[in-house]
Amino acid sequence: MTDMLLDIKGLTKAYPGVVANNDVSFEINRGEVHALLGENGAGKSTLVKMIYGLVKPDSGSMTLNGDEFSPASPNDARSGGVAMVFQHFSLFDALSVAENIALGMDNSPKPRELAKSIREVSQAYGLPLEPNRIVGTLSAGERQRVEIIRCLLQNPKLLIMDEPTSVLTPQEVDILFKTLRQLKAEGTAILYISHKLEEIRALCDTATILRHGEKVDTCIPAQTTARNMAEMMVGASFANPIRSNRSIGHTILSVRALSTKAADPFGTSLHNIHFELKAGEILGIGGVAGNGQDELLAVLSGEVQSQPEAISFKGKPVGHCGPNKRREIGILSAPEQRLGHAAAPAMSLKENTVITAARRMTLVQNGFINWKVTDEFSKNIIADFDVRTPGTDTPAGSLSGGNLQKFVVGREVLQNPEVLIINQPTWGVDAAAAASIRQKLLDLANRGASVIVISQDLDELLEISDRFCALNEGRLSEILPSAGLELDQIGLMMGGSSDRVQETSP
Amino acid sequence: MIRFEKRLSPSRATTIITPIIAVILTMIAGGIMFALLGKPPLEAIRIIFWDPLFDPTFASYSRPQLLVKAGPLILIAIGLSIGFKAGIWNIGAEGQYIMGAIFGAAAALAFFPAESALIFPLMVISGALGGWLWAMIPAILRAKFKTNEILVSLMLVYVAESILASVAQGLLKNPDGYGFPGSRNLQQYPSAFNAEVIANSGMHWGVISAFMAVIFTYVMMTRHIRGFEVRLLGEAPKAAQFAGVSTTRLTIFCLGFSGALAGLAGMFEVSGPAGQITIDFNSGYGFTAIIVAFLGRLHPVGILMAGLLMALTYIGGELAQLMLGLPGASIQLFQGMLLLFLLATDVFTNYRIRIGVAH
Repeated sequence: MTDMLLDIKGLTKAYPGVVANNDVSFEINRGEVHALLGENGAGKSTLVKMIYGLVKPDSGSMTLNGDEFSPASPNDARSGGVAMVFQHFSLFDALSVAENIALGMDNSPKPRELAKSIREVSQAYGLPLEPNRIVGTLSAGERQRVEIIRCLLQNPKLLIMDEPTSVLTPQEVDILFKTLRQLKAEGTAILYISHKLEEIRALCDTATILRHGEKVDTCIPAQTTARNMAEMMVGASFANPIRSNRSIGHTILSVRALSTKAADPFGTSLHNIHFELKAGEILGIGGVAGNGQDELLAVLSGEVQSQPEAISFKGKPVGHCGPNKRREIGILSAPEQRLGHAAAPAMSLKENTVITAARRMTLVQNGFINWKVTDEFSKNIIADFDVRTPGTDTPAGSLSGGNLQKFVVGREVLQNPEVLIINQPTWGVDAAAAASIRQKLLDLANRGASVIVISQDLDELLEISDRFCALNEGRLSEILPSAGLELDQIGLMMGGSSDRVQETSP
Repeated sequence: MIRFEKRLSPSRATTIITPIIAVILTMIAGGIMFALLGKPPLEAIRIIFWDPLFDPTFASYSRPQLLVKAGPLILIAIGLSIGFKAGIWNIGAEGQYIMGAIFGAAAALAFFPAESALIFPLMVISGALGGWLWAMIPAILRAKFKTNEILVSLMLVYVAESILASVAQGLLKNPDGYGFPGSRNLQQYPSAFNAEVIANSGMHWGVISAFMAVIFTYVMMTRHIRGFEVRLLGEAPKAAQFAGVSTTRLTIFCLGFSGALAGLAGMFEVSGPAGQITIDFNSGYGFTAIIVAFLGRLHPVGILMAGLLMALTYIGGELAQLMLGLPGASIQLFQGMLLLFLLATDVFTNYRIRIGVAH
C-alpha cells in the first residue's frame, strides 16, 4: 500500500436539514487521476471542501501519506500538498497574472523571481502564459491556466479540479489533458470533478460515484459506458431526448448587421451578427464563455435595444422593442444566470412567475396582479416540469440549481413562445433533468416554435440543434447543419478560425 | 464558540419579535444610563413610555401630541420606504417637507383674506406639488446624468432651508407682523386652517392622510404591479431589467412619490400645528422619518407602529426632561440606543446563533 496518497475513511458532514456526506470512504493513489461523479447536490463539493480544509467533517478521518490529515484551513491543506482549482476563478481583472498569483501565495517571492518561475512552470507543462499580462484581457482558458500554475508553483501532491473543462474549447481541453497526464506521470494525484462523462472515460483511472451524499459505487471509467455512469449517478435509467422529423417553416426571425458596444471595459461587443431562424428550427450557438453569449441574449431578449431593422420578427422590425413588447408578440428568453437575472432569489416562485409572464398570461389586470391566476400558472410550471419544491410560496433562492432551472425554462416554454432564446439551458443540472429539459425544447420546436440554444455544452448542442454556429469575440461563425459536423471543425468555429479562412479566401 | 448561521429563509416570527426585544433592551440599557446619571431608572422609563399615554395629569395633553408628532413622521416615512425598497435613497425629505410647506402656505396666502372651500384642497395640491418638484431635481439628475441621488437630495435640504429663511423674511412675510420674520398665522385664516377633525384628539388632516397613505401603500406593494416592480428592482436589479422594468421611470416614480408625501406633511404642518412659515419651521421630521422607515422594516404597518413609538419617545423624553431634569442629550442618546438595538436585532431575522464548536 505504498502507493496510497490520501485515504478517506467514513467522512460525514451534516448541515441543518440535509446530510451532505454520509460515511464516505475511498482512497487516492499517487499518480492516479480519480474522478468524483455525482448529480448536483450529491455532495461532491462538500467532500472536496473537507479535503481542502474549507469545511470540517462531523466525523470520519483522513490520512495523507500515512499521516493523520485534518486540515483546519486551506493554508493547512496547501502545506500538506493539496491544491485546488475552483470552477469559478478568484482572479482580479485589473491585476497582472503575476500579481494575481502572488496574492494567492502564503509567502510570495520577489516579482522578478516569481515571473521567472511562472515562465518555467508554464513551459514545463505546456501552458503558455505571459506573467505580465492583465488578467482582464485573458480568455477563460488562459485564466484557468493562471489558476493551475498558481497551484503547480506549490508542487502539490494532490491537485483537485472542479469542472475544469466547462469553459474550454475542444482544443484547449486537449492541452489541459496533456498537462494533467504529465502531472500524473510525475506522480501527482488528481481528483477530477466533472459532469462530462466522455472526458472522464478518456482521462480518469478510477471513478467514485456519489448519490445523495453517499458513495454508491466505484468503477473504472474506461471499462464502462458514459450512459452506465450516468445511470449510476442518478440511480435510475432515463430516456434520451427523442428527435422526431419535423417540418421547418418560413423564416420567422432574422438578424441583420447587428452590432452592440460593450457597456463595461471587460464586456464583449457584438460585431455584425447575421442569421435567420425558421419556424420549427433549433439553432445551436456554441462558443467559450465570455465571447458574447450574454450580450447576444440581452439584445435578443430586448434588455438591450438595437437599431429597429437589426432584428425583425415576421418581417417587422423589433430591434427597438423592450422585453415586454417582445414577450407580447411571442419572443421569449431565459438568461444564463438563474439567480438574480432570470429569477429574484428572495422572492417566491409565484412572484417570480410574474417577472416574465405578467402580460402574456394576463396575470395583471388594470395594473393589479391576480395572485390566484398567478398561483395556478406557477403550479402548472411546477407540475409540468417536475420542479421539486414545497410550494409556490418558496423563495426561488432556496431551490437547488437544477430545480430552479426547470422552473425558469418551464415559465417560458409554457407561455407558448413563437421564438425562445435560451442561454445555457442545462448548466449545472443533473443528467436526468437535463435530458428532460432538452426533450421539452424539442417538443416546443415540434409544435412549430423556433428555439435558439446558446450553450457551452457541445454534446447538448449537437444532440438537439438543427444548425450550429459559434460565437468568438462577439462574432458569429458561419452556420452549418449540425448533422455530420466534426469536432475539429467545431473547434475551429469556436476559435474564430473558420471566419478568418472565409475572409482571406476570395 | 458562538457563531451566526444563515437561516434558510428569513424568519417571520423573528421579524415581529425583534422590535419588541429591541425596545426592552433599550429600556435596560437606557435605565442603566439614567441610573449612572443619578436619576431613578424605573421612574424615567415609566415617564417616557407610560405617562404620556396613561398618566391622568399628562395624558390629556400628550395623547393628541402623539398623533400630531407621529402624523408627519409616518407620512414621510411611508413615501421614503418605497424608494428604499427599490434601492433609491431619498435622504432629502426634510427639504421636500420645507418646500411643501412653502408651496402650501403660499397658495393660501395668495388668496388671503378671501374665504372659499376650494382653498384648502388647493393648498393640499400645491403642498404635494412643492415636495414633488423638489424631489424631481435629484430624480432627473440621476436619470439623465447618473448623479448620486443621496448627495443631491441631501444638499437640496440646505438649499430649501435657505429658501425658507428667505421667504420667511421676504416674500411670505406677514405685512401686519411689525417687521418680525414669519408669515401670517394660518390658524387664524379659517379657509386655510388645518384644524383638528375631532377636537382635542390631535387628529388633523395630515394624520388622516398618513393613515390613508399606510393603506394605499400596503395595497400597492402587495397587489399592484408597480409595487411588485419596486420590490423586484430592490431585490434583483438585473431581474427587474429582464422583466422590462424601466429603472429611469421607477426612479422618477419613487422619488416623486416620497417627495409628494413629504411635501404634504410639510403643508399639513404649516397649516395646522405650526401655523406659520418661520425661519426655523422645520424640526427634523424629514431625517427622523428615515429612522422611522427602517424601524418599521419598510413595511407600511411597521412604519405606522414605528412612527407612533418614535413620537412617544419624543413626547416622553420631553416629559422626562421636565419632570426629572434629565439632560436633552441623554434623551437623544436613548433614541439612538433604540435604533441601534433595532438594527442589531435585525440580524436575527436572517441569521440564527449557534453555540458550539465550528463544523
